[in-house]
Amino acid sequence: MDNKKLVMSNSEKDLAPMLQRDYAEGFVTDIDSETLPPGLDEDVIRTISEKKNEPEWMLRWRLEAFQRWLKMTPPRWAHLHHPPVDFQGISYYSAPKQKDLLDSLDEVDPKLLETYEKLGIPIDEQKMLAGVKVAVDAVFDSVSVATTFKQTLLDAGVIFFPISEALQEYPELVKQYLGSVVPSSDNFYAALNSAVFSDGSFVYIPKGVRCPMELSTYFRINEMNTGQFERTLIVAEEDSYVSYLEGCTAPMRDENQLHAAVVELVAMKGAEIKYSTVQNWYPGDENGKGGIYNFVTKRGACRGQGAKISWTQVETGSAITWKYPSVLLEGDDTIGEFYSVALTNNYQQADTGTKMIHIGKNSRSTIISKGISAGKGQNAYRGLVKVLKGAENARNYSQCDSLLMGDQCGAHTFPYMEVKNPSAVVEHEATTSRIGEDQLFYCRQRGLSEEDAVSMIVNGFCKEVFKELPMEFAVEAQKLLGISLEGSVG
Amino acid sequence: MLSIKNLHADIDGKPILKGVNLEVGTGEVHAIMGPNGSGKSTLANVLAGRDDYEVTRGSVEYRGMDLLDMKPEIRAREGLFLAFQYPVEIPGVTNMYLLKAAINSVRKHRGIEELDAREFLKLIKEKAAMVEMKQEFLYRSVNQGFSGGEKKRNEILQMALLEPHLSVLDETDSGLDIDALKIVAEGVNLLRSEQRSMVLVTHYQRLLDYIVPDYVHVLAGGRIIRSGGKELALELEKKGYGWVEDQAAA
Repeated sequence: MDNKKLVMSNSEKDLAPMLQRDYAEGFVTDIDSETLPPGLDEDVIRTISEKKNEPEWMLRWRLEAFQRWLKMTPPRWAHLHHPPVDFQGISYYSAPKQKDLLDSLDEVDPKLLETYEKLGIPIDEQKMLAGVKVAVDAVFDSVSVATTFKQTLLDAGVIFFPISEALQEYPELVKQYLGSVVPSSDNFYAALNSAVFSDGSFVYIPKGVRCPMELSTYFRINEMNTGQFERTLIVAEEDSYVSYLEGCTAPMRDENQLHAAVVELVAMKGAEIKYSTVQNWYPGDENGKGGIYNFVTKRGACRGQGAKISWTQVETGSAITWKYPSVLLEGDDTIGEFYSVALTNNYQQADTGTKMIHIGKNSRSTIISKGISAGKGQNAYRGLVKVLKGAENARNYSQCDSLLMGDQCGAHTFPYMEVKNPSAVVEHEATTSRIGEDQLFYCRQRGLSEEDAVSMIVNGFCKEVFKELPMEFAVEAQKLLGISLEGSVG
Repeated sequence: MLSIKNLHADIDGKPILKGVNLEVGTGEVHAIMGPNGSGKSTLANVLAGRDDYEVTRGSVEYRGMDLLDMKPEIRAREGLFLAFQYPVEIPGVTNMYLLKAAINSVRKHRGIEELDAREFLKLIKEKAAMVEMKQEFLYRSVNQGFSGGEKKRNEILQMALLEPHLSVLDETDSGLDIDALKIVAEGVNLLRSEQRSMVLVTHYQRLLDYIVPDYVHVLAGGRIIRSGGKELALELEKKGYGWVEDQAAA
């Protein structure tokens, strides 16, 4: 029996390289930047705030967060191993030099335009194909360098602005919601982000408006030794709808770089927010050198009756991923969803999952998590389902599946459940499987190459999540996993 | 079609096949029978190119090619089909998707134009009707939640679709009730032709009541110890495997 096992693992070991891919986004843009020297103190925060010409209350908010952060320590409970981050060794602000206010794309540095073209990000409205209308906010290191379809969206009543600009144009609106879902005291990285965040996107969908196009933010880290701390805030008023996507890439570097973002979503009565992430930060090389530390706090609040928030994430990049997109189901009949594919290869580590907090009556949540581990990758699902006393008839369904490729990787599941209402129904299912020689041989015996067979099996495993992504991004996600299009028939 | 000469194969260093000789002509149906552990399934898997087995001696010529030198997918594309004893489940991948990928990889290999979605749909519906498979099975994940009979029928559907030159059926009758067995056998009989050869691997005679072979071979201890016509199967049924094994030893 042991021998048999040995034979299997020997051939399975050959599978991991098939998930190996060249990191095509690993180039560096050679551009003049204004970068603050490494280190963090009150002066740095004052400088960032000043550069952004922020209102006084914003600076005070940042400084308070900073004071809190100083008293906090990084979380240690996650199933992650990395040397301590030197927070004084990082620069907290870096921006490509350009004129302060741009009237049109013509004034954007051609090198930046070229960068986004190379990444395949459509920031030229004119060049966009009819039919695939996506508005893009392009964030380069610490600042937003271009935002498309701003005017078109404004005509529909939708505000889609870099958050630094929103602070100028709509300070009251930002003030009302900023930190209302993720307070700066929430956790170590949220506090850090609150103190130093430099840009990100602000979205406001007025009552009854269905946002006329997909919104997206594309995050790019370019400068060496800088961290990226973006802040995204999306507010959907009563009976409105918005679908939002974020993508992320970074150059290949030997040093680890920190990305600590905060995303807050607010959905009012009957509103729906669909938030999709395709995370492709540089994962480090095959020996585990370099890569992004992705420490992110994402949370949405379903504030009114019947509100719905849906998180879909495809996490293929980063050396370390620590994120738990969550939903506070405050209103009655609210719906929270979390669909996740997390891939860890080589030395990548992921500790990711969600929190569904049931407060309102008849609130429902669905969690579908698919972890794929290859090489020496470690993949943990961590999820909390909490049903408060008043959440009559709350329902949760969780499904966590892990797929292992090879015998040196790991999959871990940490489900937590706290149910205070006896009428609640909470279901949890978990499976762990190995891409078997049997499955592979079966496909090859039908004429498929080994690569195609692996792709097909992995793709099948992720199908329930991919179908939640907007069409174009589903294709992108499949490509990212190096897999061919599944489901074109059937 | 197929010429096996002095084939030896190990699994984990343990010899299983110890000098198998077998000639299969075009259009012929051969049954390989034998007691459990005799090496029947090993032979089927070695022909299809499974990694777990190591061929230590001998040669296999298939349609003028050195079969042992070919990857499993190349063997498949060259028209060698294995109907599995235990068809695997592939969650999330529809039967349709696997089948389309399969037939198009075969067509591509042979330099024939690949089928588009519409052409494929027409073809697969035809084939499903032929093996009396309900269309809903085409849209379900490969073999997931299929009964034993449905899985085996699915194998026959794949065979009907891929139209192989040589089909190796590994214990296709195991786990089937008599009705399912009949349907599977009917499917196989429909695919019998003068251009197509078949090797049926089976423990029991009963499959051969429905698929009548041209030749019957008894595999025991890693060798073919006796060959004959279809009547050999009936004799085996009556006298048991001990009879030939004793004779071979004598």
